[in-house]
Amino acid sequence: MKTPVESMLLVLVASFFGSIGAGFLKAGAAKLHGGFRYLFLNFKLALGVVFFMGSSVLYVMGIKHGQLSVLYPLVSLSYIWALVWARVFFDEKFTSRKLAGLCLTLLGFLFVGLGNQ
Amino acid sequence: MSSAADSAAVEARRVAARRKGIGLVVICTALGAAGQILIKMGADRLVHATLWSTLLGFITIPPLFAGYCLYALMTVLFIFALKDGELSILYPIISLTYVWVAGLSFWFFHDTLNWAKLAGIVIIVTGVAVLGKDAHK
Repeated sequence: MKTPVESMLLVLVASFFGSIGAGFLKAGAAKLHGGFRYLFLNFKLALGVVFFMGSSVLYVMGIKHGQLSVLYPLVSLSYIWALVWARVFFDEKFTSRKLAGLCLTLLGFLFVGLGNQ
Repeated sequence: MSSAADSAAVEARRVAARRKGIGLVVICTALGAAGQILIKMGADRLVHATLWSTLLGFITIPPLFAGYCLYALMTVLFIFALKDGELSILYPIISLTYVWVAGLSFWFFHDTLNWAKLAGIVIIVTGVAVLGKDAHK
């Protein structure tokens, strides 16, 4: 069975939410001090967990129809979103190595898409 | 003891720690892939894939629950591995998961196998490994 485009879109949206979740976890972890109980009072960490859960629900809805060998590789798009957040919010440098990794990953998507039949 | 013997002992410990970290991360990739197969089995059991029924499915559909338990276990193990390993070495290994998931999908779900798809997965694994190599501890 050919993997439907809607399934791929759901997985891509899930990867987007997942990367936002990771961003909030990082922002929350940076502010982590003053003992274990503050873990539960940390708004950014809580938001990160909520985004992760939302992302998981969308992911499961996405992989219900279609082939896992097509849909799972799409999750790697979350690394690319993470690169964007790292550059915009955490001032991490965008190196030529990162650009190479990004181009390779996108090229890989193209091939997986071509193989979807 | 001479300082040369000292530094040799330190180096030996470092190599052993690195090997342990790499071993742990390879186990992580196997757990992650097994989790994905269970999650797919669980997703196939969903009658209606709406937001709420899917959310409820996380606790009512055993393979879905088990799949996410494996995912949690994998995350904890990965954090342990990172404690005495370098992220730039360990993170690229995680992309092995894509290889296991593809192989297991062909086996369990009879996904179609073709050159374009295989090439795509290999290229994505390489891309993720290149990205991860730049990660800092």
